[in-house]
Amino acid sequence: MKVRITIDHALKKYDGNTVIPDLSLVVEEGELFTLLGPSGCGKTTLLRMIAGFNSVEGGKFLFNDKEINNLSPSKRNIGMVFQNYAIFPHMSVKENVMFGLKNRKLPQDEIEKTTAKFLRLMQIEQFKDRMPDKLSGGQQQRVALARALAISPDVLLMDEPLSNLDAKLRIEMRKVIKDIQREVGITTVYVTHDQEEAMAISDRIAVMNGGVIQQIGSPRELYQRPQNLFVATFIGHTNIVKAKLAGNNILFDGYKLVLDNLKDVPDQEVQVSIRPEEFIINEDTSSEGMDAVVEDYVFLGLTTQYFVRLADGDAVEIIRESIVGKDLAVGQHVKLQVKTEKINVYDASEAAMTLIRKE
Amino acid sequence: MRIDGFRKDKAVWTLISVLIFIFFFMFIVYPIFSILKSSIYENGAFTLENFRRFFGESYYSSTLINSLKIAVVVALCSLALGIPLAYFNTMYVLKGSTAIQIITILCSMSAPFVGAYSWILMFGRSGAITKFLSDVFGFKMPNIYGFAGIVIVMTTKLFPLVYLYVCGAIKNIDNSLLEASESMGVVGVKRFWKITFQLCVPSVLAVTMMVFIRALADYGTPALIGEGYRTFSVEIYKQYMGEGGNSHGFASAISVVAIAITAVFFFAQRYFANKHSFKMNALHPIQKKKAKGFYNVFIHVVSYALVAFSFLPQVYLVYCSFRKTTPSGQSFIEGYSLNNYRLFFARMGESVWNTLLLGGFTLIVTISIAVLISYLIVRLPSKLNNTIDTLSMLPYVIPGSVVGIALVISYSTRPLVLTGTFIIMVIAISIRRMPYTIRSSVATLQQIPITVEEAAESLGTTRGRTFLRITIPMMSNGIISGAILSWITILTELSTSIILYSSNTITLTLATYNFVSRGNYGCAAASASILTFFTALSLVLFFRISKTKDLSM
Repeated sequence: MKVRITIDHALKKYDGNTVIPDLSLVVEEGELFTLLGPSGCGKTTLLRMIAGFNSVEGGKFLFNDKEINNLSPSKRNIGMVFQNYAIFPHMSVKENVMFGLKNRKLPQDEIEKTTAKFLRLMQIEQFKDRMPDKLSGGQQQRVALARALAISPDVLLMDEPLSNLDAKLRIEMRKVIKDIQREVGITTVYVTHDQEEAMAISDRIAVMNGGVIQQIGSPRELYQRPQNLFVATFIGHTNIVKAKLAGNNILFDGYKLVLDNLKDVPDQEVQVSIRPEEFIINEDTSSEGMDAVVEDYVFLGLTTQYFVRLADGDAVEIIRESIVGKDLAVGQHVKLQVKTEKINVYDASEAAMTLIRKE
Repeated sequence: MRIDGFRKDKAVWTLISVLIFIFFFMFIVYPIFSILKSSIYENGAFTLENFRRFFGESYYSSTLINSLKIAVVVALCSLALGIPLAYFNTMYVLKGSTAIQIITILCSMSAPFVGAYSWILMFGRSGAITKFLSDVFGFKMPNIYGFAGIVIVMTTKLFPLVYLYVCGAIKNIDNSLLEASESMGVVGVKRFWKITFQLCVPSVLAVTMMVFIRALADYGTPALIGEGYRTFSVEIYKQYMGEGGNSHGFASAISVVAIAITAVFFFAQRYFANKHSFKMNALHPIQKKKAKGFYNVFIHVVSYALVAFSFLPQVYLVYCSFRKTTPSGQSFIEGYSLNNYRLFFARMGESVWNTLLLGGFTLIVTISIAVLISYLIVRLPSKLNNTIDTLSMLPYVIPGSVVGIALVISYSTRPLVLTGTFIIMVIAISIRRMPYTIRSSVATLQQIPITVEEAAESLGTTRGRTFLRITIPMMSNGIISGAILSWITILTELSTSIILYSSNTITLTLATYNFVSRGNYGCAAASASILTFFTALSLVLFFRISKTKDLSM
C-alpha cells in the first residue's frame, strides 16, 4: 500500500520545553523525503514522532487518512533503520532479517522466500549465517535495511543511517539506499545533518532549524533559490554582501546590478547571497565591478579557491575553475562581477526572507 | 643507554612473572596436588579405598546428591526472583529504586550463615514469630530446618547476585534494539523473551554458575539450619575435624570429588557462554518508563516484598542485639540493654582487630598480585603469563573449605609449617579472592588505551616507571572499587578460615559463628550486627568512590 504522510500542526514538548512549536508538512506517496538541519533542530524528534517512539503533544499525524497519534509503533507498519543499526547481536544476519516476518505468523516457506529476496536485494546472501559482530559497518547497514524492508512496511524511516560509516562507504551506501527505495517504491522519511548527503539522496528536503521548517523543496530549489538566509548558508556555502535596493537595481559599493526577478518591494538595505562560484574575477581593474584585493588562494586541482577582501573590508571566498599558467598574485587588485541570474537577495531583517520572486 | 634500560625493564617483568608463578605453584598447584595425593595414597601405598567408600556408602554419597540438589534449586530460585526484580528496576520507574539497589547489595554481602541464624531466631522451633503465631493464632509454623530452610536462606542471599548481573546486562542494551523490535511488531512479554532476555543470556549464564558454586560450597548455612539434611561441604569439615575418626584421606577424597564436579559445571558454563557471546555497547541506554495501573502496583509490591523478605533477617538480628538475655545468653528476655555488646567485646574483642588486620593484609596481597598479573596478561602476553592466568582461575572452582584443607595438608609439616599462623589465613583468602580481583583488574586495564602508555614511553619513561606513574593511577578507580568489594568478602569469609583459624587469628565472622554454635545468641547477635555495620560502612565508601550505583563481582 502506498502511503502519504501528513503532519498537521505538530507540537512536541519535553518537560515543558517546546521542541517543535507548530510544524506541518506532507510527504507524498513513494517519495524520499529528507529532514535536514543542524543537531538539535528537532529532526530526529519529528522522525520518532512519526515512528511512535515519541509522544505527540499536539496536532495530527496521518498515514493517508488514518490518524496514528495514539497508535503504538508496533501497529504502524513502519520499517525503521537506526543510527547505530540496532542489529540484534544474538541473532545471525538471516535471523535478523526474518525477525519481523516470523512475528507475522506467515507460512514458513513465505518467510524463507521473502527473507531470501531481501538478502539478495541487499547483496548480503553470502553473510546470511554470520553473527553481526563479524560484519563491517556497511554490511550491518545492509542488514538493517533488509530487515526494515522485509516486513513490507508502509513507511520507511531512517535516522542518520550513514553517520557511522566512513566517507567512501557513505557515498556507496547512499546510492544503494536510493536505488532500493526507488525499486521498492516506498514512502521514506530520511533524517540527516549532512547537506551533501541530503542533496544526493532526496526527492524533496525539509530544512529545519529550532523546530521550525525553514523551507521545503527539491535539492535544486534549496540550493538555487533558498527562501531565507539560514537555508542559503546551511545548504552549500555562500558569501553575504551588503547592498542597497533601488527599484530593480542592486547597488554595491561602486557596482550596479539590474535584476528582473525581484519582488515588488520598497527601496531598502539588503543582504545579497553570492556563492563562491557565482563571482566572476576580472583582472582588468578599469572594468566594471566591486573593488577587491586577493589575499590568498589555494589550488585544489579542478578548482582554485581565492580569499579576497572587498573595499568595505568584508572578506569573500571565490571558487573558479583552475587556470593553466600564471595565477593571480597575492595582493593583486581585481574587479568582481556576479552571475546575475544566480544570486539571491534578502531583506535586512533578522528573518532575512528572500526578495526574489517565485519563478 | 636506552637499550640497556629496555633490557633491564624486561628482566624485571620476567622476574615478576617467575615470582608470581612460584607463589601460585606453592599455594595453588602444590596444595591441589597434595590433596589429590592424600586421597589416593595412604600409609605409603596407592589406594582407591577412599573413593570406593564415598561412592559405595550411601551415607556419604547422598551428601553429594543433597548438595547438588540444593545448588540446582537455589540457582533456579535465584533466577526466578532476581531476573524479574532486575527487569522491573531497569525498565520501569520504581519508587525507592536506590534503596532497593543498596539493600539488595547489602543482603548479598552478608555472611551466609547469619541469615540462617536469624531465620532460626525468627521461624525456628522456638523462634519469636513461630511462638507468636502459635500463641495468638494457634498456627503451627512449618518446619524450616533441612532442605527448605537451606534453600530459602541461600536464595535470599544469592538472588541479589542474579539481580545485579541482570541489571548490568539490561543497562548494556541499546534502547534502539527494543525499538527495532517494537517497530516490527514484537512487544511486551514476547519482546522480553526474544530480545531482552536473550541479550542477558551471557550474564545469566555467568551468574548462574556463580550462584551454583556458592550454594554448592557453602558451609555455614547447612551446618546451622540443615540439621538432618547433610551436605558434602559439612561432611568434608566433619571428616577433616575428625568427628568419628580423623581422616584426612577421606576428607581429601570428598574434596577431589567436589573440585571435579565444580570444574565440570564450570567448563559446561564456559562452553555455553562461548556459544552465546556477542558484543554490545549501549549508546542510548534504556530509559525507564512509568508503568500504568494494576501492573505498576504489582511491580512495586513484588519488588518491595522481595527486598523486605531478604533484608528482614539482618534487621531482626540488629534488633536482637539490643535485647536483654539470660546470663548464659541462651535466650532473650524482656527489656533492652547494651549488655550483649559489652560481653562480646570482653570475650571476643580482639576478633575485631584481627578482622581488620587480616582484611588489610589480604587486601594488599590480593591487589598487588592481581594488578601485576592483569598487566602481565593484557600488556605482556607470553606462555608463562598465560599459564599464570589459567592458574589464577583455578581457585574459582575450588570450594572454600577445600582450599583450607589443601593448604593444611601441604603446610603442616616441615620444611614449611604455616598452619595456625596469620600468614596462612592471608594466603588462603587472597588465593580465593584472586580470580575475581584479576578479572576486574583485567577489565579495567583493557579500557585504558595502550597509546597513553606508549606516549609516556615515547617521552623517555621506562616501562616500569610508566606502569607505576601512568597505568596504576589510571586504574586506581577500578582498583579501589574492586578492593572494597574484596574487603567485604574477606570480612564475611567463613568456609576457609574455619579450617585455618587458631585462637590468635579468630575473626569477627568466626566469632559470630562460634557464638551461634555455642548457643550464646546475645553475643552472636551483637557480633553479627557489628559485621553488618562494617559491611554497610564499606558499601557506603564503595559508592562514594566509584560514584555509581552499580556493582559487579
